Amino acid sequence: MRKSLLALFGVLVLLMAACAEDEADDPIADLEDDDTDEAVDDDDDEVDDDAVDPEDPDTIPDDAVEIFSWWTGAGEEAGLLALIDIFEERHPEYEVVNSAVAGGAGTDAQAVLTSRMQAGDPPGTFQIHAGRALLDQWVAADAMEPLNFLYDEEGWWDVFPETLLDLTTDEEGNIYSVPVNVHRSNVMFTNVAAFEDNGLEPPETFDDFVEVADELEAAGVTPLALGDNESWTLLHTWETVLLGAVGPEMYNDLFAGDADWESPEVVESFETLDTMLGYINEDHAARNWQDAAQLVAEGDAAMNIMGDWAAGYFATDLELEPNVDFGWVATPNTGGHFITVVDTFGLPEGAPNREGTIDWLRVLGSDEGQEVFNPLKGSIAARTDVDVEVFNEYGQSTYEDFQDDVLVPSLAHNSAAPPNFTEESMTVVVEFMSRRDADAAVTALEQAANDYLR
Amino acid sequence: MSVEVTPQLPVEGHKESALERAPVGRKRRHTPKGVERAMPLLLLLPSVIAIGVFVYGFIAWTGWVSVSNWTTFVQDMSYRGFTEYTRLLSDFRFLSGLRNVIVFTILFVGMCALVGLLLAILLDRQPWGQPIWRNLFLFPLAISFVVTGVVWQWLLNPSAGVNILLDQLGVENLPMWYVSTEIIPGWQWGQIEVAIPVALVAVVLAAGWQMSGFAMAIYLAGLQGVSEDLREAARVDGATELDIYRRVILPLLRPMTITIVIVLGHISLKTFDLIFVMTGSGTGYVTDVPAVYMYEATFRANQFARGAAISVVLLILVVALMAPAVWARNKTEEGARE
Repeated sequence: MRKSLLALFGVLVLLMAACAEDEADDPIADLEDDDTDEAVDDDDDEVDDDAVDPEDPDTIPDDAVEIFSWWTGAGEEAGLLALIDIFEERHPEYEVVNSAVAGGAGTDAQAVLTSRMQAGDPPGTFQIHAGRALLDQWVAADAMEPLNFLYDEEGWWDVFPETLLDLTTDEEGNIYSVPVNVHRSNVMFTNVAAFEDNGLEPPETFDDFVEVADELEAAGVTPLALGDNESWTLLHTWETVLLGAVGPEMYNDLFAGDADWESPEVVESFETLDTMLGYINEDHAARNWQDAAQLVAEGDAAMNIMGDWAAGYFATDLELEPNVDFGWVATPNTGGHFITVVDTFGLPEGAPNREGTIDWLRVLGSDEGQEVFNPLKGSIAARTDVDVEVFNEYGQSTYEDFQDDVLVPSLAHNSAAPPNFTEESMTVVVEFMSRRDADAAVTALEQAANDYLR
Repeated sequence: MSVEVTPQLPVEGHKESALERAPVGRKRRHTPKGVERAMPLLLLLPSVIAIGVFVYGFIAWTGWVSVSNWTTFVQDMSYRGFTEYTRLLSDFRFLSGLRNVIVFTILFVGMCALVGLLLAILLDRQPWGQPIWRNLFLFPLAISFVVTGVVWQWLLNPSAGVNILLDQLGVENLPMWYVSTEIIPGWQWGQIEVAIPVALVAVVLAAGWQMSGFAMAIYLAGLQGVSEDLREAARVDGATELDIYRRVILPLLRPMTITIVIVLGHISLKTFDLIFVMTGSGTGYVTDVPAVYMYEATFRANQFARGAAISVVLLILVVALMAPAVWARNKTEEGARE
């Protein structure tokens, strides 16, 4: 009896010690565990692991060219590996380390990168969305090397659209990263059959949308699919509505801090969002963006607002035919406007293998690299001079729009505003989702603009 | 020992008593009074310095960051004032998180204590295979919250896991578990509703599953310390078994309950890993907690000042929970000594 009691205490003490150790553990390490776990959970996330831990620099050889990204999904990982193949063929002398951190559309990778950069231990190069995420964080902290010399050498100044280059250039004219691919954020994907069966056309304006949505609802189809299990999708949806409500000029002014966030147009954007949220699927909170896109693919829902990585999901993962199974239009009121999500790579100060990293950037910016990478990833090339034939039907139409449309940066994907404003606006839309108070939302945004944009 | 200390003394055999030896030893050592007094201090110094720097030093640093202008990636330690704190008071996300963590703590500690007590009472009656059961209930404790979170995320996934079982049993309106956005009504307090988000119940289940064994172990130890005489005496006085538990044993278990509240309460207030892995902050922040907000504000949004302010509030909360509990325990211990 007494013995068993003693044994019990022994076990307990051991367990407590284990718990205490657990608590003392650095939270980032926990996070990392979580990333791998999530990857297991998510069927198209696979962690490519060669005993190199992107978070633990000790496992990475000093002279390796380390490529840090969040490209772990099916198509994007294939694209990245294809790029690495080209690089290794051209430069067999370098060792390449693929440090990809899965999870949260890059938000988890962002956190890992922040802690590594703060510890003064940058990767060779890292994926970053063009725009304020790059300029207000890393460039402002003097953590990046200008790449003007590389643009001169490779003659890149003329092959990328100017608006795109502006996104990665600071006030002194120094450019800091190389764009690899472009995604469009303001796309509304449709189920072709759902529209044809009911004799409807995909909506072009908000008024059209309401009209069409009412009819679809009457026909027993969920008009709009939403999966806001991860909150960024909500912010993503709202940014397309905002662009539709205010137009590209004011959109840019708002993020530059030159326009009033409390103006009636912004209020209207929230009211429109409110109307649109009246047409969504009931289980939106349980779904992520793929699950929401799936509703459209299977015909349970008619429309879904998502970036065009969803086109890759439809075509590659679900093997659907563009224009036969799924269709697309610009989100309401944004025809002729193109919200860009641009992945770029830069050169951190003190990159472990500077020469090798620069050679890697050369591959990224080359037409060969962009032609190989983008069809796999389901994006279009950032260069304007690649062979359009490499893209599928969706890609070709988007590539055309990309060359003709007015380009603006995306908020939800960290291009339009610095991270602190982006996170704040995420809170605002999530709060709006439960309170539906447009005035409170714009007041909070104006406050955040004062804090972070002006 | 004694032989080595007294080699020059006339050996008086093994019967030499400690009393006789002690003064001799002291004379021989001639330790100066100052050193003797300083010794404990010197020995404590390394840990005092380490704790001073790594605990209190960094609390002070965090406090300073929270009133600084550090709101971008670029560090700026100039003084801004208590803006972040006043902001938090009207911050929908923070208030939701605060509500959630308080609701979570009450449900979680309550569940662990109840389940733990029940299991302990059952095991205390020495059922068949008692050691096996006891260890079985303890094992979840050895798992980290991250693993628990992933496993329960699968189990309670609304379109998989236990819902498949429920579906086959013919249950309609399957529960949405942790993705439910429903809030069991309470009352409106400023911007947020003081109520129980249904999604949190799923998280409490997972956390309770893991930590109930801890409460059981503590209670079981307490129960086994209750002497049989007391029960016997109560029976002689005509108490029923139920009375014995209610009037004799439960009051005696009070120190155990306090221990459980302290240990589980502070784990629960600081909870991060379980929520982060299992649910994230959830739609409408139904499962957000301050620790997750702190992490995202700091490392995702680079709002270092806000992250620090949230940490300080969390610290105050934990101290507020701990202080009365520790005080209550000291009181019972004093009472026990008298």
